[in-house]
Order: sequence, then C-alpha cells, then structure tokens
Amino acid sequence: MSFRVPRRTIAAFLGPAVAALAIVGIAPLLYAVWKSLHYFNLTKIAQQRFVGLDNYGAVLTDPVFWQAMGRTALLFAIAVPIQIALGLMIALVLHRPGLSLWKTLTRLSLVLPMATTYAVVGLLAQVMLNQKYGVINQMLGWIGIDAINFIGDPTNAFIAVVLWDIWQWTPFVALVLLAGLSTVPPEIEEAAKLETKSSRTILRHVQLPFLIPSLVAVLILRTADTLKLFDMPFTMTRGGPGSATEFIAVLIERVGNRQFDIGMAAAQSIIMLAITIILARLYIRLFYREVR
Amino acid sequence: MAAPIQRRSLWGEALLLLLICLFCVFPFYWMVTTSLKTQVVALESPPVWWFTPTLANYREVLFIDKVGPALINSIIVAVCTTALAVGLGTPAAYALARFEFRGKTDLWFWFITNRFVSPVVLAFPVFLISRELGLRDTHLALILMYLTFTLPIVIWICTDQFRSVPHELDEAALLEGASQWRIFRSICLPLAMPGVAVSSILSFIFSWNELLFAYILAPKAAKTAPAMAVTFMEGYDVPYGKIMATSTLIVVPVLIFALLASRHLVRGLTMGAVK
Repeated sequence: MSFRVPRRTIAAFLGPAVAALAIVGIAPLLYAVWKSLHYFNLTKIAQQRFVGLDNYGAVLTDPVFWQAMGRTALLFAIAVPIQIALGLMIALVLHRPGLSLWKTLTRLSLVLPMATTYAVVGLLAQVMLNQKYGVINQMLGWIGIDAINFIGDPTNAFIAVVLWDIWQWTPFVALVLLAGLSTVPPEIEEAAKLETKSSRTILRHVQLPFLIPSLVAVLILRTADTLKLFDMPFTMTRGGPGSATEFIAVLIERVGNRQFDIGMAAAQSIIMLAITIILARLYIRLFYREVR
Repeated sequence: MAAPIQRRSLWGEALLLLLICLFCVFPFYWMVTTSLKTQVVALESPPVWWFTPTLANYREVLFIDKVGPALINSIIVAVCTTALAVGLGTPAAYALARFEFRGKTDLWFWFITNRFVSPVVLAFPVFLISRELGLRDTHLALILMYLTFTLPIVIWICTDQFRSVPHELDEAALLEGASQWRIFRSICLPLAMPGVAVSSILSFIFSWNELLFAYILAPKAAKTAPAMAVTFMEGYDVPYGKIMATSTLIVVPVLIFALLASRHLVRGLTMGAVK
C-alpha cells in the first residue's frame, strides 16, 4: 500500500538524489560519448579534432581490444565454475545442522576475503607468490613441486590472477548459495530426507530448483565484476608480463592514463558499457520484476 | 552401530570447516607477520615463520612515507561520501517505499543499474572535467564520484527498510495533520535506523576500498591509502615489510566493519538479488 501525494512532495524527496546521480553518473558519461567522437590525446592537445565514429571503428577492429575482452571472458569461464563448485560445497556443509559454533566462525571468516581492499589483494599476491621469497612456493616445495615463477611468466601470471580471484570470490558465492539453500522450506527438505539417504538426489531434485535464482544472480554479478576487474591485476602485475593479464578495464586504464589517448579510451569504455548494460538489463528483467 | 560413523563424519566436517577458515584467513596471517619483518628477514628464502617481530615498518610508513596523511584522506573521503549518500539517499528511499508515482520502476532500475557501471568508464571524463573546474586532486572530487556507488547502496538497503516500517504509524500521524517530511523525519527515519547503519557501513567499506578513481583523480594532496600502497610497487627494490604494513593499516578497519555487518555484506554486494 502506498500513499497518493502531490507531485511537489515527491520531487522534494527524490530530487536531490536524482540530481546528484545525474551529475556524477550521467554527465560524465555524456562527456565521454562526446570525447569518443574526437581525436583527443593529452600529449597532443593541439591536434584535437572531430573524427566522427573513427575511434569506434578503430576499437572494433583492434585485435588488442578483443584480446583483452577474450582474456576477460576466459578468466570468467575458468574462475566462475570453480567458484560455484567450491562455493556450493561450502554452502552445503554450512547448511547441515550441528557444530553451530564452528559454523558461525566459518561464516565470519568467509566474510573477510570479499571485504578486503581489492588493491591489497593484488599486493598480497605479489608477496605470497614471489618465486624466491613467496610462501606459496615454499608450500609447493613441501609437496615436492618446484618453485613456480608466478608473476614473471605470462601463463603463470594469468593462472595466478585466476587463483586469486577464486580466493576472493568463492566465499561470496558460498554465502549467496547458502542464502539460497535457506529458502528451501524445511518441511520439504525433511520429507525428502525420509525418502532417500542420497544427499546428491536431494541436491538435484529438492534444493537445486530453489538455488536457480541464486545461481543466475552469481553468474550475472560475477560477469559485471569481471568486466570491472581492475585493482587486483593492476597491483599484482600491471597487466603484464607483456599483456598476459591485461583485462578489459586494465587495458582502458593503460590507453587513457598511460598513453593519454582519451578519445580512444572513451570509445573503448562506451563499447564495454554497452555490453555491460545489455547484461544488466537482462539481469534486472529476470530479477526485479516483482519490485514495484 | 550408526554412532561411530556419525562421529567420524562429524570430525570430517569439523576438519573441512577448519580448512575453509584457514583458506580464508591465511593470507591475512601472512600479511600481518610480513609487516612485522625487517627487509632482511622478509627476503629470506625460503620464507621464515618464526622471527623477532618489529614495528619499524609501521613507524616508517606512518611517519616518513606519508601513509598517515593518506589514511586521513581516506577517512575524510569515506566519511563525507557516506554522510552525503545517507543525506540524499534516505529521503529518496522513503519516496520509493511509500509513494505511488509514474516512472517509479524506471527510476528504481536506473538506481540499481549503477551497480554494473565500471568506474573506468567515468574516470577519464571526470578527470578532464575536474581539471577544468579546478577540482583535480581534491577530496571533493572523490567524495562526489563515490556517490555513484554509495548512493545506490543506501537507496537499495533503506527502501527495503522503510517498506518494513508499519503503515499504521504514518497513517495516524497523517490524520493528525503531520506533513510527509515530518512523518519521514520523526517517525520513519528513527525506525529505519538499522538500515541506515548497515548501508552506512557498506558505503564506508566500498569507498575505503576504491582504487581507480583515487588513482586517476587524486595523485598527490588528496591521495588515499590504497593509491598510496600502489606507489610502493614502483621502485626497483620492493619493500615487502612496508607494503604489508601499509596493507594491514588499510585492511584492518575494513575487516572490523565487515565483521560488524557480516550478515548484510552479501546483501550489499548483490544489491538485492539475494534476500
């Protein structure tokens, strides 16, 4: 139930927030669109000129841009299924009754990785994965694996980013899925437990239908966050070695901030935003339908 | 007969839980212990687990390397943007929860969609604009830009909270002749304080953690702590102890807040996809 109130009152309540978000969210965006239609390099301001859609043409045919997109997609394709598998396992363990003090402690420790400053996560990777001084390589040594040059080798650096993404976001997936598991009505779960002893059957036929919304939410949120991913690879490898860990946001930062080609960076970011918005609209269509 | 099997599975479960905890907490343990090592100890290969701890790294980063001022910048920016987001966001949330009007769904979508916009899209145009306006390297530029994620968080969490405040109270007040603003201020806002607190904590955490805007918009005077930590990596001789001391100083307040709001952190990160 809601009130009918005069338009003026509504405007007074909503106006400031709408105005603020329009100024900080939409105005810069329009400015970015405008700049994306120009040749605009900070080191060659005098050569600034209107070039129409040239930047977009250049980005869409630029192999570097699509390689960065592909790398971002590959990170998503490897890390997210592992996060879901491990997260589901953790959620199922936490969902079982008993050991409640332990489980509270575990749930608290699961909160830590996702809250950690993303930049610090990258720095931690630098320290822990170092070939000579890193503790991870020391541990690998204990089980008889030779030290791996994680940061210096292109393939290994990519694997390191994947591992670190798994560390930071598996707990998040676990807690989202745990919330999903708690939406299963207890009486249905009890009834199923009387029918069968196989927890796999229960998962497949009783719990999974209730988990579908959480799983889709995880997929879409991880998509958005992977497209945004900047801090962790930036502090860990600066996108290197070569361009092995240059994900899409890192690439745009390099073009704009280190090559000073703001027109091109703007075009790249508008194209990335278009991809994000298509996915976000799809997501909101799926999930917020019941919100009035 | 069933008892020993059950006991063993309970032990297995406890072990599994312990492994999960270790998986989550170990990097923090390593961060803190490394921050207490001298550079000589930090560069031992293989790494040492037992050593004489020293606070020298903290002393050095706080008082010589300007991490102290950077932390203060971080606090100023995070507190101001949170206050601003609460000030602007709670009336909007109240309107979304209580009033009926055209275009409400679209407005709601727009607020929520901000969760998906990458800061890298806004950073360069804002960089140019702030240069024109003389706002480059000021707290104000960061405070305003952080509204792009703090305001949606406050609106989302508080709308939910206002919906749960019973209508009978405001109906009674309306009959008494109270204005909507009065009802919001004196009745609903006090009752929605838990939501305000949670959304404040979340927007503090997200502002505190932000790197990209800070890195591009605030290179010197307004430099925040995460951007400061990044600059340590730029030399040849990487000072591990100092980097980890800075990291610890950055992460500890966030972790405390995260533990305080642990039940709501996931809700904040999903923007309502999961209740």
